[in-house]
Amino acid sequence: MAAKARIRPNPVEAPGDEPGSEPNAPLRGYYERMSLVRAFELRASEMYARARIGGYCHLNLGEEATVVGLMAAVEARDYLFTGYRDHGYALLRGLSPERVMAELFGKVTGVSGGRGGSMHLFDTETRLFGGYGIVGGQIPPATGAALALKYREAAGPDAAAVLCLLGDGTTNIGAFHESLNLAGLWKLPIVYVIVNNGLGMGTTVEKASAEPELYKRAASYRMPGLRVDGDDVLAVRDAARSALKQARESRQPVLLEVMCYRLRGHSVVDPARYRSADDTAIAQQSDPVPSFRAELIASGVLSEADAAAIDESADARVSEAVTFAEESPEPDPTDLFAYVYATAVANAPSALPGEPVMDAL
Amino acid sequence: MPDVIMPRLSDTMEEGELSRWIKQVGDEIHKGDVLAEIETDKATMDLEAFDNGILEQLLVVTGALVPIGAPVARIGDGSNIVADGAEPAAPAATPAPAVPATTPDASAPAPSAPAPSGTSDPATSATPTGELRTSPLARKIGREHGIDLHSIVGTGPQGRITRTDVDAAIADRETGTPTPTPTSAPAAQPETGAAAQSATAPGATATSATPSSGATPGGPRTATDSVAVPVSRIRAVTARRLTESQAVPHFFLTRIVDVERLVAFRTEVNASLTALGTKVSLNDLFVRASAMTLRAHPAVNASWGAGVILRHPHVNVGVAVATDDGLLVPVVVDADQKSLSAIATETRALAGLARSGNLSLAQMSGGTFSISNLGMFDIDSFTAVLNPPEAGILAIGAAKDVPAVRAGALVTVPMVTMTLTADHRVLDGAVAAAFLRDLAILLEDPLRIVL
Amino acid sequence: MTTDIATTRTITYRQALNETLRAELEHDEKVFLIGEEIGVFEGSYKITAGLLEAFGPDRVLDAPIAEEGFVGAALGAAMLGMRPVVEIMTINFSLIAIDQIVNHAAKMRSMFAGQVSIPLVIRMPGGGGQQLAATHSQNLEVWYAHIPGLKVVAPSTPADAKALLTAAIRDDDPVIFLENLSLYSAKGEVPDGEQIAEIGKAAVVKPGTDLTIVSYSRGTTTALEVARQLEAEGLSIEVVDLRSLRPLDRDTICASVQKTGHAVVFEDDWLSYGIGAEISATIGEGVFDFLDAPVRRVAAAEVPLPYAKSLERAALPSSADLARVVREVLNLAPVSSASIDN
Repeated sequence: MAAKARIRPNPVEAPGDEPGSEPNAPLRGYYERMSLVRAFELRASEMYARARIGGYCHLNLGEEATVVGLMAAVEARDYLFTGYRDHGYALLRGLSPERVMAELFGKVTGVSGGRGGSMHLFDTETRLFGGYGIVGGQIPPATGAALALKYREAAGPDAAAVLCLLGDGTTNIGAFHESLNLAGLWKLPIVYVIVNNGLGMGTTVEKASAEPELYKRAASYRMPGLRVDGDDVLAVRDAARSALKQARESRQPVLLEVMCYRLRGHSVVDPARYRSADDTAIAQQSDPVPSFRAELIASGVLSEADAAAIDESADARVSEAVTFAEESPEPDPTDLFAYVYATAVANAPSALPGEPVMDAL
Repeated sequence: MPDVIMPRLSDTMEEGELSRWIKQVGDEIHKGDVLAEIETDKATMDLEAFDNGILEQLLVVTGALVPIGAPVARIGDGSNIVADGAEPAAPAATPAPAVPATTPDASAPAPSAPAPSGTSDPATSATPTGELRTSPLARKIGREHGIDLHSIVGTGPQGRITRTDVDAAIADRETGTPTPTPTSAPAAQPETGAAAQSATAPGATATSATPSSGATPGGPRTATDSVAVPVSRIRAVTARRLTESQAVPHFFLTRIVDVERLVAFRTEVNASLTALGTKVSLNDLFVRASAMTLRAHPAVNASWGAGVILRHPHVNVGVAVATDDGLLVPVVVDADQKSLSAIATETRALAGLARSGNLSLAQMSGGTFSISNLGMFDIDSFTAVLNPPEAGILAIGAAKDVPAVRAGALVTVPMVTMTLTADHRVLDGAVAAAFLRDLAILLEDPLRIVL
Repeated sequence: MTTDIATTRTITYRQALNETLRAELEHDEKVFLIGEEIGVFEGSYKITAGLLEAFGPDRVLDAPIAEEGFVGAALGAAMLGMRPVVEIMTINFSLIAIDQIVNHAAKMRSMFAGQVSIPLVIRMPGGGGQQLAATHSQNLEVWYAHIPGLKVVAPSTPADAKALLTAAIRDDDPVIFLENLSLYSAKGEVPDGEQIAEIGKAAVVKPGTDLTIVSYSRGTTTALEVARQLEAEGLSIEVVDLRSLRPLDRDTICASVQKTGHAVVFEDDWLSYGIGAEISATIGEGVFDFLDAPVRRVAAAEVPLPYAKSLERAALPSSADLARVVREVLNLAPVSSASIDN
């Protein structure tokens, strides 16, 4: 691993292995995924600048190892809930870059038909259950999903669990406490993952949390709490796997804190001037994509040419996604009310602005 | 009945000067009527009546300074009328244009005050700007049945015309007989014939629920003993319009005209018209002369219209006609363009229609000036109430022989006193006076009337 | 409405709710109840009496005092196909959960393009009049009625409580089910057998020709009482019970006012921006030409509701207030207040 100037406490549990002990194929695959997320996010930033993408747009840049590690741990049968920094998770959950980019573009071919945008990626099929724009909005529903799982099926190695991602700032909201209390109380199959990139927008963890070692909060709920290096894809993967195993097999909810860096601002429009030059430098030094790439080359898993081909391929893949998104049609305004209600209901409103609510008698 | 007291009319006022009596001893007074003008330390204000009744006595003379709360007049049932000057040294001087005794005769076409309607809400159906207050439903039904809402008196809040009123008007039209105007809150059940019951039912409610809190048990009784006479729609409209008219600041100008030549001229004209079967009245001559003078004085042929003065391109003269149902004012359109005989013929036809109840609304609309003539009742002179939105109405008395000196000899000459009531918002005294002068000159040189 | 018109029984609103919850727990194993004190305590207002015993703790789940947490958890369970029925002890406490209701339950189906539906029912009573003071006496239904994606129903009778609750539980959308503290002991005839109301429909609960009173929940019972009083005086009052605040059955309201030409809205919430404001605007738009008088609203005084009985009584809209305003709208002479019993 690259040297880190920022001091991190040793993980309570650090099950990650050195790359050398892993078979080559998965390692190559992890790099491919990290490269894809990196390429996608850089292009998203560019497309935002080109005004193809609107609204808010939060990127996983710098968090690629965390994203890849977590998504390597979660099973297809599991349910994933995340915050608004969700592009990489959607891609690795198996959604095509085309559908994700089209959603960012607000096109009808997007994962949510262009209705959700960057913060609200959702896909029933791959059990990506959102994409939530309100900080911490996902925590209570994720907890409830675990409640439903507990109600529906027995615990065991084949049982499903819920992986609920949240940011470091989110740990201060009431719903965090309420939900973890419920999960601990009711023994729900859920793993809460704090993706701690050190900053809630511009506020450091130390300035926002009286106990900045966030994993320790688990103690309040008699829940295991552990911290892992988020720049280490294998460490993240293994910590998450272990946590999910407890959730699935013994209905033991777990709080996992993953330490990583946000490479850029809070969102694409944030120049992050509040960060010191040192902090920015550390974030760049810690950037997991080049360091993992270098490690794989150094350990002989990849040649330089292999790595270059992977990067090129990721970029090409994202280019196809952009082309697809560009060429996709916008949603038809006549479908504006299409999804308001699942059960048809009498007198459902359908007036556009300025239209009479009813015909004058 | 309590005394009328000097009111407190400004925040700093301690006493007020009774600058002018507007009502006279013997006048019928309604709550809200302006009895007099009060000069306070800040402005001239109205002294309004708080009671109904007859003005029995004036307690202070014009110009008197009266402290707040001191009595200035007495209103009663009319049984204790104290003639001028009993207590105050001098009678309350009447202003220059004499306000004559009113004619309480209901058939008189120039009423001085609206008949008591008996309704708990005396507000008219007009807003301050003169627009009708109507409900959307009333307008819709009115449109569908061709009912002009101006011909209806609203009985709703603030005089709003509601469905009940329009339904009643439709029923009236179908039966051809004017039914009593609902005089109180309707039962709001057109299906059950509320209109027919309304004359009694709401009254009963009112008396039982609110036993006239201010009434003195031993005192003279008025409303409770009175017989409610249902009024025709015309009467009700008249009452409303005249009440509106009271809000108009107005003044009177009186001029006595020598009509010797006019009377002679009329005789001549009639002689020549015999073959045509037409007869010209003195009133027709007044109509024609007024129309011509109006043409020469466009400022008088005008109305007040929400912040602007509207000058009218046509000269349309209304002629007050007394009918069994009340006062009607059919309009001779473009009277300045019509010959004397045409005016005579038309006026007669219109009066006939009015008396038979067949006058259309159009024939009563659009007047720009009115003439009221009580000469046939031998009235010397009187003042007429403005017919809004017109800015002037001319009250014409009977031709009376008056002694006059002609060529050094004392002779009698027929004279007519005519009094112009003018809307002060539209006309100033000098403008109106000039009009009246020119009208008099015309009448005194009648050949010019037909030129 | 459907099926089995065989027999009816006279039961309380509370009993109707209790029996319906029991029936739905039996009818569909995806249905479960969650809320504070609903199990062992049998509900703060005893709506869930006996259900824990009958269905066990998995189906009747006592939640800690964590409205945002357990409402959100119910929402998450609904996303996975469960049919949770949440009880929030009173509508006042729903404000703690409002992020989950407004930002999430109401939005998900639209925001995720129909990929998920939220078969969630949130039951909660509103209303003042029990001297519970300002924080426990509110009528906040309009907050929810404002939100697209929610359905908001407000039964006024035991029969509707049954039929609307059944409909709400079987509906695939989040439904706010508004109850009222003062209705729980109200009795009424309830048909036996399965009854499913149509959400989004108002009902003319008393026909009339002179004036329409529009109300909902507790207000409807007051409206009926006043209508019957005035009927004795020869007035014919129509009462429209909204039943559904969202969607709002504008057609039924307007058809009634088209007939009567007069309308008064009787509502327990505060006047400004309230339910009545929406009804009045609807009437203005739909049947302007048929209005014979301005629409009036009888609503709560705009003050945090005080504890003292005299002040509470002054602030809440009463039958006397309604009767007075009806008379004013019809331009009738006022009647001394003694003759209308409050």
